[in-house]
Amino acid sequence: MTGVVEQIEDAAPRRRGGSRTTLVIGLCLTGLIVLLAVVSLLWLPYAPSDISGGRLEGPSGAHLLGTDKLGRDLFTQLMFGARIALIVGIGSVALAAVLGITIGLIAAFARPWVDDSMSAALDVIIAFPVLLLAMLVVAVQGASLWSAILAIGLAMSAVIARLTRILAHRVLHEQFITAARTSGTRWPGIVAFHVLPNIWPTLSVSLALQFGAAVLAEASLSYLGLGAPPPNASWGRLLQEAQGTVLTAPVGAIAPGIALVVLVLGVNFVADGLRDFADPTRRRAR
Amino acid sequence: MSLLEIAGLTVTAGGRRVVDDVSFTVAAGERVGIIGESGSGKSVTSLAATGLLGAGLSASGSVRLDGTEVIGASDRALRPLRGPVAALLFQEPLTALDPLMRVGRQIAEPMRRHLGLRGQELQDAVRTALADVSLPDERIARAYPHELSGGQRQRVATAIALAGHPKLLIADEPTTALDVTVQDEILSLLDRLVAERDMALLFISHDLAVVARMTDRVIVMQRGRSVEQGEISQIISAPHDPYTTALVASARALDAALDEPAASGGSEGSGR
Repeated sequence: MTGVVEQIEDAAPRRRGGSRTTLVIGLCLTGLIVLLAVVSLLWLPYAPSDISGGRLEGPSGAHLLGTDKLGRDLFTQLMFGARIALIVGIGSVALAAVLGITIGLIAAFARPWVDDSMSAALDVIIAFPVLLLAMLVVAVQGASLWSAILAIGLAMSAVIARLTRILAHRVLHEQFITAARTSGTRWPGIVAFHVLPNIWPTLSVSLALQFGAAVLAEASLSYLGLGAPPPNASWGRLLQEAQGTVLTAPVGAIAPGIALVVLVLGVNFVADGLRDFADPTRRRAR
Repeated sequence: MSLLEIAGLTVTAGGRRVVDDVSFTVAAGERVGIIGESGSGKSVTSLAATGLLGAGLSASGSVRLDGTEVIGASDRALRPLRGPVAALLFQEPLTALDPLMRVGRQIAEPMRRHLGLRGQELQDAVRTALADVSLPDERIARAYPHELSGGQRQRVATAIALAGHPKLLIADEPTTALDVTVQDEILSLLDRLVAERDMALLFISHDLAVVARMTDRVIVMQRGRSVEQGEISQIISAPHDPYTTALVASARALDAALDEPAASGGSEGSGR
């Protein structure tokens, strides 16, 4: 009897190497952008809208990535953009998580006809392009950082709600839910102790993937001029501004592009690595 | 008053009668078996006894658990009965345990709820509960279900079922998913615990030999109907219903086949 437990403990350190490497690379890439954003809170090379050099200068000691067409330091703008990307990512994913999980759970527990109509409504929202929904929100609210978070968060909450509903339905059919009920567990207890922990491994991976999508959506909104207004240097707006001079000063377009790729790729790698760590049955049963 | 009184219980699933007019009682401390082939409505009867029929199943008739009518009762009214009055033990312990909760916590939850234990007291109670089901290793409490063997899991499930000190234990084929040697251990364990705690037992199985070992009285079910009820010795010696007769005959045939090599003094591994 003790032998079984010992065997398990021996097996525990032998995790699949691949997912661990993915997680580490993901954390490094994401960490790089987080570092840029944190440093930007304490120190910036120049003020974001300060015209500190000539127009469209190439990279130099004074301007690491050169300057834009108004003579502002690009590296400063890039650091500032990291802050915006992360704020929008975290904000919209948090909104999507709270709203989506709540709606999804309500649907899963509701009477069949309520559940069916809720899931039909969710499908309609999901079928609606995120950018179009965002434009609607911006039209009502005006372009700002918060409009972007609200718009992206709302669109994503539908995706999270649908996933939560499906996962919760599956868990609710498991026998251990019946078993928990036979021992007198109340429904809130069943949700908190059995349903949420069992859907969380899948849900957390999805939320991490949504974070990457949120960053891209914010960049798209800013590129279209629907994101944070000018003093806030979003990566999307940097790309848009560099568009006209991409052949003469390519750094202006390449730098924010690379920053976007690094963050989105990093977050996706983290999501992939997380899959195996969030679920003890996958973590240990190998 | 009996602990469990089932009268004219009928369960329908989409117009089909899964359980058809079944009546029986289980008195306090009594051991009753339900025997029948798969699909005969045994498990549905056990779920209906605690008001836990799944969606799409509807019950009529009367089920009184410790004096409370179960059919038509709200979840809120039934909750106090689940655990302290009746507890269920399922066939497949792997699916009956939450895969993402450490087993110690799964045993602790009903104890916290029904016995009001907290902190150190609760931890001690969990340790005692595990020792009661012959799992004295303290590491078991910190393990997840998939880290345990089938027999260990069923012991843990037993500890959870007994956590609320039930008066009636409903065991729905608790050994079917286990190896034969482990089966015997679990049956001995249940036998001991039911005797020690003076519980009533409703034991559901398709195996006549197991039912005969565990219970005194038996209900034979076939296609949702109860075809015969009576003392186990009487059912075995003088079955009335043709289905019961067939059941007893097949059990006898198996017994005879098992006895044969021993009777003829056959050597081990004779390949028969």
